[in-house]
Amino acid sequence: MPLIEFSEKGLYCRAGGFYIDPWRPVDRALITHAHSDHARWGSKYYLAQHDSIPIMQARLGPNHYQGVNYGETIFINGVRVSFHPAGHIIGSAQIRVEYEGEVWVLSGDYKTENDGVSGAFEPVPCQHFVTESTFGLPIYKWKPQAEIYRSMQEWILKNQSSGKSSIFIAYSLGKAQRLLQPLSEVSERILVHGAVYNMHMALVNAGHKLPPVERVTPDTPKEHLKGAVVIAPSSAEGTSWIRRFSPHAVGICSGWMMVRGNTRRKNADAGFALSDHADWDGLIEACKATGAENVYATHGFQAAFSRYLTEQGIQAREVITEFGNDEDAGPTPTEEEEAQIVPDAE
Amino acid sequence: MQNEVVNDTKQRAQDAATQGFRAFADLVLRIGSSTKTNEKLDALVQYFYEADDKDKVWMIAIFSGRRPKRVVNSTQLATWAVELTNLPFWLFEESYHTVGDLAETIALLLPENTQLPAHAEPLHHYIEQLKNLEKESEDARHSFILASWQQMSFNERFVFNKLITGGFRIGVSQKLMVNALAKTLQAEPSVIAHRISGNWDPSTIPFTELLSAEAQANDFSKPYPFYLAYAIEEPELEKLGAPSEWQAEWKWDGIRGQLIKRNGDLFVWSRGEELMTEKFPEYAALLNLLPDGVVLDGEIIPSVDGKPLPFALLQTRIGRKNITRKQLQEAPISFFAYDLLEFGGEDWRTRPLSERREKLDAIVRAAQHPILLLSERVPFESWNELAELRQGSRDMGAEGFMLKNLSSAYQVGRKRGDWWKWKIDPLTIDAVMIYAQKGAGRRSNLYTDYTFAVRDGEKLVPFTKAYSGLTDKEFAQVDAFVKRNSLEKFGPVRTVKPELVFEIAFEGIAASNRHKSGVALRFPRISRWRQDKKADEINTLEELKQLLELYGK
Repeated sequence: MPLIEFSEKGLYCRAGGFYIDPWRPVDRALITHAHSDHARWGSKYYLAQHDSIPIMQARLGPNHYQGVNYGETIFINGVRVSFHPAGHIIGSAQIRVEYEGEVWVLSGDYKTENDGVSGAFEPVPCQHFVTESTFGLPIYKWKPQAEIYRSMQEWILKNQSSGKSSIFIAYSLGKAQRLLQPLSEVSERILVHGAVYNMHMALVNAGHKLPPVERVTPDTPKEHLKGAVVIAPSSAEGTSWIRRFSPHAVGICSGWMMVRGNTRRKNADAGFALSDHADWDGLIEACKATGAENVYATHGFQAAFSRYLTEQGIQAREVITEFGNDEDAGPTPTEEEEAQIVPDAE
Repeated sequence: MQNEVVNDTKQRAQDAATQGFRAFADLVLRIGSSTKTNEKLDALVQYFYEADDKDKVWMIAIFSGRRPKRVVNSTQLATWAVELTNLPFWLFEESYHTVGDLAETIALLLPENTQLPAHAEPLHHYIEQLKNLEKESEDARHSFILASWQQMSFNERFVFNKLITGGFRIGVSQKLMVNALAKTLQAEPSVIAHRISGNWDPSTIPFTELLSAEAQANDFSKPYPFYLAYAIEEPELEKLGAPSEWQAEWKWDGIRGQLIKRNGDLFVWSRGEELMTEKFPEYAALLNLLPDGVVLDGEIIPSVDGKPLPFALLQTRIGRKNITRKQLQEAPISFFAYDLLEFGGEDWRTRPLSERREKLDAIVRAAQHPILLLSERVPFESWNELAELRQGSRDMGAEGFMLKNLSSAYQVGRKRGDWWKWKIDPLTIDAVMIYAQKGAGRRSNLYTDYTFAVRDGEKLVPFTKAYSGLTDKEFAQVDAFVKRNSLEKFGPVRTVKPELVFEIAFEGIAASNRHKSGVALRFPRISRWRQDKKADEINTLEELKQLLELYGK
């Protein structure tokens, strides 16, 4: 019996009596990160990296939560467990599980480029590596983020010169925080949607230092809305909430914007291929760096990605999980994901 | 900081805009990423101001569907791209199925070009080179393509590949291009549309000549831009006013065409502005029967004794280079004339329809040939009466009525007000989805192309594909269903659990031995998602065949 089993409820460690990111309620859940497809409702005990706890509290309400530091070792029923930076969002971790000489790393979602907010991904040596493959095709190759930020800043200035507001559509947990620094370099004021604001405050109250934002309310002065720089979740697209900034241009921040058809489908004015997931090269580099003999590819282009790895001499196979419902992981957000976005208070 | 960025952007925009192919690629990018018609128009006008004349001619040619002949096929292009990427071919194919566009897939996969040459070749350079390659070996084609990619940025590669693969659908209509040209030259769009219509060779014609009135007069084959109708529904009929001001004709299901007799020659044009004279040798019989300087608008349609036959028959011959005697016999065609655009060499389009029609009747009667028929006017006293007559459309081999105001001029393009098409309701059948494939363009990476089946006892028999008719939201839901209910496999097609039921609408049905079901549908599309129906409640093959009996003969 392998140390980790792919069970009906999720990734299961029988020896330790715990699950990792289970999609059904269980007694003991280890959570890689606080996105809704990985941190799900209904389990009795949650264990996660410290920074994930306030986010889970905000999203899942009061529960039994325990936080650990990156690199800290704990034992669960004799199984050695530690959390390591995954670079995906604040608090995101790869979970290393070791028992009787067998080492697994369950990486959740990750990104190999350091975004300065989410912690720097570090490869963790192991025998068995479970990897996402959201962008597991070679068409997905991100530009360096500095370059993407620069094109965002240019876009803002172009919009301002024609009297337009710039609306960035970004996931409220992860990308919204990432955008603050580059946007604050060209705009003194950053307006945000309620969903983004709630997440922002949860993080600020937990001690994170983020550039200031201003929540959009019915009382927001008219002159603040003109030519504004705005961050909103995808649920706000095409709604009256956005029309208040008119005239405006909408730019979508997502890895899917790499392909023109997706930008056109969204009827967006601009698409920025900025992702919190690893691109093709990042995924391959990460798998190689672990030195794992066995790779398990899930949520995304797992069939193509695992076939390619196998041809490259790394034993890989695809596993079916129920991950991949966060905004950046599907071409369109699912209803479940939409429901997770806190509606604006108005 | 802010000023620096602005200046830099401006500088780069200028560099890009003033340089040949880069400027063209930039134009395509601007148009393709804009959602506003005015911005697209501005981009086109700017291009007309800045580009060199040869490039402008090619731009007009490309946006009006006149592409250079294809010298490299998709497989060659893909193979050569794979050479540069070090990827296995199957992975290239997987990528292509997800992107849904070969030109874009290649641009995405080629290694990034970090050192772009300061000077970009003009658009016509690449097109002339491509034309020259027609006479060259495969090796020469291979080196030209690779060398070109080396010179280009991501956008240029994408546009260059598009030039080669064709299918230049980038969100600019011919109408928009014509409007931009009209704005640039301060002329009427209808005049511009006429000047760029017909038979001209973009590789030889100078820009000024293409748009000059004199050159116009020397081209005897030149057709007029077609006047197209919008659809109308029954409740809106009353708003048209008195029935006596309107002419009703059957709406035929053939190829819209212009029959031109000028300078002792006969020309046949399709609505797609394709010269089709050679494809319809039957019309040669009219050469000596029509007066000179005459242009007729009408329908090219297979028929026997004035009764139309199914469109499928025409399809058997339009794709062929050489038409056999057998095809001529099995799919005999006629021309159902309904308008007169030119008479005695004089443009008649501004005269009222009633006058044009009277003269047309006389011309057709005088020609007295079974191949040239009048699209008969259907007399009616009231809209109610016409609605009743419309019930008989299928028996007439028609798909409804055309309504035309008797005082109307013959306009350019699709215009509201004077001409309307009033189509009959389509035929429908309930079917279950059994295969799905990812779409292209704005449906990239979404399962939007489906194959549907009807029941035959315990079996499901596929009978049609359909790609349109659902909202974006419905497509997203079906996409999620497909992803959950099919095994991940290689290749583009997924077999899906037969569970989702859809109503399929179509305009016609014909027998076909190329399809397993024995039928071929005309214009199939999804009319609605029957979420109220289960897979065992769909129609049967028997019922499909009954429709064939009723409407397919």
